[in-house]
Amino acid sequence: MRIPCPFCGSRDAHEFSYLGDATPRRPDPAAPGAEAAFFDYVYLRDNPAGAFEEWWYHAAGCRQWLKVARDTRTHAITGAVLARDVAAPAAPTPAGGETAR
Amino acid sequence: MRYSVLSLLLNGLTGQRGWRPAWREPNPKPAYDVIIVGGGGHGLATAYYLARQHGIRNVAVIEKGYIGSGNAGRNTTIIRSNYLLPGNEPFYEWSMKLWEGLEQELNYNAMVSQRGVLNLYHSDAQRDAYARRGNAMRLHGVDSELLDAEGVRAMYPFLDFANARFPIRGGLLQRRGGTARHDAVVWGYARAADALGVDILQNCEVTGFLSEGDAITGVETTRGPVRAKKVGLAVAGSTSRVAGKAGLRLPIESHVLQAFVSEGLKPLIDGVVTFGAGHFYISQSDKGGLVFGGDIDGYNSYAQRGNLPVIEDVCEGGMALMPRLGRVRLLRHWGGIMDMSMDGSPIIDRTPRPGLYLNAGWCYGGFKATPASGWCFAHLLARDEAHETARAMRLDRFRTGHLIDEKGVGAQPNLH
Amino acid sequence: MSPLPANRRAANRLAAGGRIDRSRTLAFSFDGRRLDGHPGDTLASALLANGVKLVGRSFKYHRPRGIVSAGPEEPNALVELRGGARREPNSRATVTELFDGLEATSQNRWPSLALDLLSVNGLLAPFLGAGFYYKTFMWPAALWEKLYEPAIRRAAGLGRAAEAADPDSYEKVNAFCDLLVIGSGPAGLMAARTAARAGARVILAEEDFLPGGRLNAEALEVDGAPGHLFAARTLAELAGLPNVRLMTRTTVFGVYDGGTYGAVEKVSDHLPEPGPFQPRQRLWRIVARRAILAAGATERPIVFGGNDRPGVMAAGAVQAYANRFGVAAARQVAVFANNDGAWRATFEARTAGLGVAAIIDVRSEVPPALLARAQALGIRAIPGGVVTATRGRTLAGIEITVGGRREQIAVDGLAVSGGWSPNLHLTCHHGGRPVWDPRLAAFVPGSTPPGLEAAGAAAGRLTLGAALRDGLEAGARAVADIGLIVHPIEPPKAEDEPAGIAAFWHVAASRGPAFVDQQNDVTAKDIALAHKEGFRSVEHLKRYTTLGMATDQGKTSNVTGLAIMAELTGAGIEATGTTIFRPPYTPVALGVFAGHHRGREFRPVRLTPTHGWAERQGAVFIETGPWLRAQYFPRPGETDWLETVNREVKAVRASVGMIDVSTFGKIDLQGPDAGAFLDRVYINTFSTLPVGKARYGVMLREDGLVMDDGTTARLGESHYVMTTTTANAAKVFQHLEFCLQVLWPELDVQMASVSEQWAQIALAGPKAREVLARIVDAGTDVSDAALPFMGVLGTTVLGGVPARLFRVSFSGELGYEIAVPARQGERLAEALMAAGAPFGITPYGIEALGVMRIEKGHVSGNELSGQTTAADLGLGRMASTRKDHIGRVMAARPGLADPARPSLVGLKPVDGAARLRAGAHLLPPGVPATTANDEGYITSVAYSPHLGHWIGLGLLARGPQRLGERVRAYDPVRGGDLEVEVCAPCFLDPKGERLRG
Repeated sequence: MRIPCPFCGSRDAHEFSYLGDATPRRPDPAAPGAEAAFFDYVYLRDNPAGAFEEWWYHAAGCRQWLKVARDTRTHAITGAVLARDVAAPAAPTPAGGETAR
Repeated sequence: MRYSVLSLLLNGLTGQRGWRPAWREPNPKPAYDVIIVGGGGHGLATAYYLARQHGIRNVAVIEKGYIGSGNAGRNTTIIRSNYLLPGNEPFYEWSMKLWEGLEQELNYNAMVSQRGVLNLYHSDAQRDAYARRGNAMRLHGVDSELLDAEGVRAMYPFLDFANARFPIRGGLLQRRGGTARHDAVVWGYARAADALGVDILQNCEVTGFLSEGDAITGVETTRGPVRAKKVGLAVAGSTSRVAGKAGLRLPIESHVLQAFVSEGLKPLIDGVVTFGAGHFYISQSDKGGLVFGGDIDGYNSYAQRGNLPVIEDVCEGGMALMPRLGRVRLLRHWGGIMDMSMDGSPIIDRTPRPGLYLNAGWCYGGFKATPASGWCFAHLLARDEAHETARAMRLDRFRTGHLIDEKGVGAQPNLH
Repeated sequence: MSPLPANRRAANRLAAGGRIDRSRTLAFSFDGRRLDGHPGDTLASALLANGVKLVGRSFKYHRPRGIVSAGPEEPNALVELRGGARREPNSRATVTELFDGLEATSQNRWPSLALDLLSVNGLLAPFLGAGFYYKTFMWPAALWEKLYEPAIRRAAGLGRAAEAADPDSYEKVNAFCDLLVIGSGPAGLMAARTAARAGARVILAEEDFLPGGRLNAEALEVDGAPGHLFAARTLAELAGLPNVRLMTRTTVFGVYDGGTYGAVEKVSDHLPEPGPFQPRQRLWRIVARRAILAAGATERPIVFGGNDRPGVMAAGAVQAYANRFGVAAARQVAVFANNDGAWRATFEARTAGLGVAAIIDVRSEVPPALLARAQALGIRAIPGGVVTATRGRTLAGIEITVGGRREQIAVDGLAVSGGWSPNLHLTCHHGGRPVWDPRLAAFVPGSTPPGLEAAGAAAGRLTLGAALRDGLEAGARAVADIGLIVHPIEPPKAEDEPAGIAAFWHVAASRGPAFVDQQNDVTAKDIALAHKEGFRSVEHLKRYTTLGMATDQGKTSNVTGLAIMAELTGAGIEATGTTIFRPPYTPVALGVFAGHHRGREFRPVRLTPTHGWAERQGAVFIETGPWLRAQYFPRPGETDWLETVNREVKAVRASVGMIDVSTFGKIDLQGPDAGAFLDRVYINTFSTLPVGKARYGVMLREDGLVMDDGTTARLGESHYVMTTTTANAAKVFQHLEFCLQVLWPELDVQMASVSEQWAQIALAGPKAREVLARIVDAGTDVSDAALPFMGVLGTTVLGGVPARLFRVSFSGELGYEIAVPARQGERLAEALMAAGAPFGITPYGIEALGVMRIEKGHVSGNELSGQTTAADLGLGRMASTRKDHIGRVMAARPGLADPARPSLVGLKPVDGAARLRAGAHLLPPGVPATTANDEGYITSVAYSPHLGHWIGLGLLARGPQRLGERVRAYDPVRGGDLEVEVCAPCFLDPKGERLRG
């Protein structure tokens, strides 16, 4: 499997480590129902057979987290972008006062 | 018909004319008491124990391909009950006990062979972790022995003791562990279930569920709708896909695990040995092929095949452990799709949908669980309560934090 | 072995012809019999040249078997090659390149090939049908492991693996190309030439040692010259092009994802042993933008009674032995076929000098041109006939049946052809299903892996002209796909020879066992039995009968077997389908997948910056993950490790000691948001840490369990340096990168791993400050006031070496960690030794480190098991309640917040002389040892020289509430069962006065 790293070019997947589904967003820990939202975020997966977006980390390369588009039935990879470039708008600031200072 | 020495002799003398199909090829009935989705080892065992232990014989097993076409026919055939945690160990030991009487129970030689499972350790910390595990097994009355390096050498003198990067310092041995012939397990359960009246419906794919309100009342299939009072899913590898049709999202990812077999060889290695300093385990089938494997590839997959890095990693482990394997040839490698659960342990439980029951999340350890999985799932389906050995295998444990995490790697399925 | 005189010709070597070097003779042996052949021979061709017909025994019935093919599909001619540590079982004689001194031994027979006692199985065959073992060996149950199974295991298997470590080496290499062409027959050569002329980077991989494929085996002409000359010319052109890599002896065995192909190059298998610095084999990972599978086709047998008798061969093999090797596979052959190609093979064999008794064709209608040619060559043609029996120990005659009339024909060879199956194996590696083509009576490729296309015979273009054109066109398409310009190339001229076929599989009316899979002894009757018992899907058929599961993976048997099943079910071949081919295409040695990763080179070794110094100090080293660390430093006269470790611990506690702690992960964090970032990843707060101070931190995984711990120091307003445990260094760094890049990219933090940049030495003991003071440069104040506990100081040491001083302690003593650039590590160690000499400074290893941390109750790897919460480890109160952090929400789940969870305690044996062992379980006293009564376990133990007895840390249910209680430490796997007292997890200086001293 070859991953098109935006920095390093096409590289074998063994240079990368894998985290999984890139769709779940870390919930707002301060919002009501955070516990249920975190349970969903940490444990539940769509696990689709087909198009999938997932996190890979170029551990033996540029150390960047990539969002890779791959088909789980065929392993065909259609693209990879830097996580930083596609990260959601600023996630909610964690609750609490100390970091605000 | 019953298999016996006599039946073999008679058929041998009469040109094998007397044999009958091992199971019928029935058409689906409009309704059953219980439908099991998935004609693998677990599904067929469930149907068998429903009929045998609970008298529920109006049962269908629905299989999209041929029976045993999933992981039941793709695994490396190891049986063992060397688990650490109290949520697992009694269950796997119950499975081992069922293995020990399986062939007589089913009248089918599944070649259950208790030639021992030896897990090697290479450091003091690993030794102590295995001691903890071995002691946990003993607490449940299960055999386990902690060997030192000399003990390992006495069993397997040809392992690399002389020149290893990570010297072998000993191993945890379960003598009652071993292997079974995977296809024969499927066929044995199928034949025995069929004889008790269970309908095995091959080439019949479940395409959806029938429901009334929240309750599941049957399945849609490629051979038409089939109603049932209860529907049990035993489709590891495809669990998310099938359960998704009932609106369930589960703590499961599908991953590919590769397996390997060598050319046939004269006896080389008697029992099962696992390397502790890399991902490699090995046994030799009765037919002579070395059967071995290692880690999952580590990415979500439904493709039933893996890639070179893991193949190389497995063979590196093999050569590190048994440097005499260099000229032995790999004959075939393939992949199976594992239900990797979020804590590495299985789920046998009801679901939020009344009438729908779940048997899933077997990770790469489902084969050894086949008899107990069937037994406990049948118990749940028949009585609506968990079997005593499977009480911890709840679906809501992830929500409550009562995890069964043998490896301690947390909610990252590719690390389990 | 000295070669025979070159002028002596082996019995069945034809007078002329063949791509062999008759000027040189190679001596070899088979079962100890000394024989000779020529360069260019395979072991099989050389055996046939010498008239050796019996070469092996079958798997189940131990029937005598001969060579049937001239290629990798060979099911029968398997031998043990070489000997000793180089013994290679199950080696196919048909692809084994002959070399001088080759030794081959027949296998799976006892006592000898000619007299094999287990051939008695053949007499029992009526009782040993498909799957018989599933129906028996069950009574009594206890006898399976004791009697039946050992006997089965001894009888099963084929060759014997070597009994010593493989003495040869292997390599792994990467290659990249525009076009990979797999196979160098007519289609492959044309594809490669077309692409190469267009400027593509081409790799042409050929499994054989002689490229050219069937052009070498057949006598057809290309552009008016013999085909093999066309091959040679084309190869010469390719060899001269800089953009082409020609790889012979290289088998592409698998198609993996992203255009990655696995190939094995047999670098030295044609030599007695590899030359100096040469590997035996090389694994190629070839990344190709496009690939063309031009792997040719394999001839199928026809199944009939007695079809396994040595002397029955594939017609194309007889042709190949005659044309390529100059060998008459038999003196007098008959041919049994269902297709035109076999007739041509026969004519070529006749022309080469073999005697041909007859061509028996199952078809009543044969093209008149073939009949005329047969007549011209004096060959008797028998259309509408079948072979119904064979006789002889090796083949002596056949019985044919034509129009209900039987006839005996005396022959010593029978060339059989049931048609050709395209070698589409690699097209299945991504799940592609072959498609039945009734015109060819063969499966052709279905969907292929992305970027791969089949061409020539592999795509079902079975005639020479069509294969050449197809190869050219496939090559042109491939290079056009990748954007290169293809100039029109005229295809070479070659005939499209007759290739008519009538599907025919099995002579049902024949006598004697009729083998479908010769190696696994699967007969037509076994298939009928599988059908009768309901094993009718192709996969059940395969698994129940073992059809196609032998070393040849059914290359010649699968299609025939499923065709027979299709006849039985009446479903037709198309609906029956075929089993799927899996990698590798042909078996591949495990050693080549491992490459050099074996023995001590299995995994890289990481050495600490002071490794050389530690060696000079006499350290004993131990593997800790990838690291090799000093375990302890024995001194003369010390007789066991515990004596040494006790001395080291006592020396630290009494005076001063030092240890390299460079293996800890070190992460440099800079930026205005670094403090805020740390607050989010640690349970405790770091944004409030003053500059020049360090703090112990604990981080969780998002599921609420502890991931790692360590101290993090603030070097500047926006500059921190974090330490992680040795084991989790990479994992924590990756986790932090995830948090930064994915979760909170808005935070302005830059991060780098500096684990390898800094050598770090811990200096511990009451005299530590005095030693430290002697190595820092003038002007650096290391007094308690200037550098208090948890203080951090950037300075220079040893005359200008930049250094960081951390006043931290793992041992519980006054302690410092001194970090200097990694290359200064040894110098620092030497300097500390010198500076500490007046105090008797003692180097200590990780054993003593472990003792001291257990005495202090610090958690380490054994406690950070991934199964423990911060509260379990007594660290719960560290968590700030005024901020969020990774894992906070999930840690509150009832299962993790349960106060009854096993939690950290200290343990000491009630009998002070008793030894504790980690891994022992903790039980209440006086209850049965059961899972239900299990309350925890001992995580770490040490002998405390300070206390004079063993101590331990453990996780015990409600532990902190049970101090003073006695529990049972149960360790049956080591025969341990003793009473221990629960105590606080700190055995020394609980108030921490020593480390603040």
